[in-house]
Amino acid sequence: MAEDITAEDIVDVPDTPRTDYRALTKDGLWDNNVVFSQLLALCPLLAVTGTATNGLGMGLASTAVLIASGLSISLLRNWIPPDVRIPAFVLVIALIVTLVDMAMNAWVHELHKVLGLFIPLIVTNCAILGRAEIFASKKPVAPSTYDGFIMGVGFTLALVALGAVREVLGAGTLFAGAAILLGDAFKAIEMNIPAYDGMLLFALPPGGFMVLGFMLAGKRVVDKKMESWRQRRVLQSDAPACHTV
Amino acid sequence: MSDASTASAPPGPDSPAKFDKTPWVLALTLTVFATVAAGLLTLGDIQTRPVIAQRLAEDLNAILSQVVPPELHDNALSKDVLTVKSATGEPVTVYRARNGDEIIGFAYSVTGQGGYAGPIELVMGVNAQGQVLGVRVLSHAETPGLGDKIEVPKSNWILSFTGLSFANLPRDKWAVKKDGGTFDQFSGATITPRAVVKAVKGGLDFFATNQTALFAKAPQNASQTTPSGTGE
Repeated sequence: MAEDITAEDIVDVPDTPRTDYRALTKDGLWDNNVVFSQLLALCPLLAVTGTATNGLGMGLASTAVLIASGLSISLLRNWIPPDVRIPAFVLVIALIVTLVDMAMNAWVHELHKVLGLFIPLIVTNCAILGRAEIFASKKPVAPSTYDGFIMGVGFTLALVALGAVREVLGAGTLFAGAAILLGDAFKAIEMNIPAYDGMLLFALPPGGFMVLGFMLAGKRVVDKKMESWRQRRVLQSDAPACHTV
Repeated sequence: MSDASTASAPPGPDSPAKFDKTPWVLALTLTVFATVAAGLLTLGDIQTRPVIAQRLAEDLNAILSQVVPPELHDNALSKDVLTVKSATGEPVTVYRARNGDEIIGFAYSVTGQGGYAGPIELVMGVNAQGQVLGVRVLSHAETPGLGDKIEVPKSNWILSFTGLSFANLPRDKWAVKKDGGTFDQFSGATITPRAVVKAVKGGLDFFATNQTALFAKAPQNASQTTPSGTGE
């Protein structure tokens, strides 16, 4: 949990009804993205992103758990003594995941057959405990729920991005099996690259590490570029002021 | 962890200083949480258990009807269950297909050892003459895009077993082409098909060595046998 400090610095929103949802959104999707900035939840990330569809399914299930845990931890935050908060959070999260697992097995059985193996693993997704600790245990219900939602969306985007790159390079398909996950209406988004059988490396775990590494490096490059562009703008707007003095 | 928390909790008006830190209060709090969680889980289990059991039974029927064509028999396979010891001494659950009083085939699961990533669970149907009626994969962890061509949605390779028996394909031909047999391997993946071929061959051996047990007249209460461990 070395991320505690940095993440807290970034998301230190005061406990007031007026919470900056724009900042939360930016945090969840880019600045403080679960995968690309916090480097959390890499185990489920690398395990399921052989295809974009599996990534999407895992992302949706994790988002559901993040929303539910943000909501319930925030509701319970005034009843959880700080000294025992970690076991209490783990208990609440494990409860939610188990209920989601049972409900999916019963009512969306086909999807559960695809994702079944990974759902119990959501308990060990440190991003969920991380959000409970950093955000939901200190903030009111509405922003906590929204934080869970937007962090989940950011995680889902990372899963789909990594899954899509690995699937295209590794198998020459994109969103294969989406109809099983989302219903027959989504048969159209299943794509196949003709005359390319894929490069096995990217379907295997080493390829996952490689693609993730390139993506992390890519995000840093973009962040650096944006930072220097922002600084140049500040300098330019400052420059005339300096001259006049 | 507790150091970080005390440091991070700002001493503002909303700081959680109101909590009693006595150990027994903390223990009681956790006990209450655990009790409530256990209660909710029990409720969830009560709500979902019958539905899940029904889904698993549907899964079983679906897979059984794929390996034993429904038009060949008139009984419910999942109701005529017997347990036969395999060569390694492990109990194998066998589902029998009947047409009237005549036993026309069997379905049972076989495990392919030596897969690329763990065992490959298969279910196969065999008719009374020892011919393969069908083979399907129940679960596997083979490489997506390579070894998963043993699944029907990915490739029809596994259909190539249908109709084969030791009578029309000599035992030494039950191997992938690379090993001198008749079955195709996949480009880039030989280990997975090799394990599947070996498992199906083992399944036919199981049929050959257990003829008497398999064709034994089942006691009328055979349908009471619980199909244990059929979910996976």
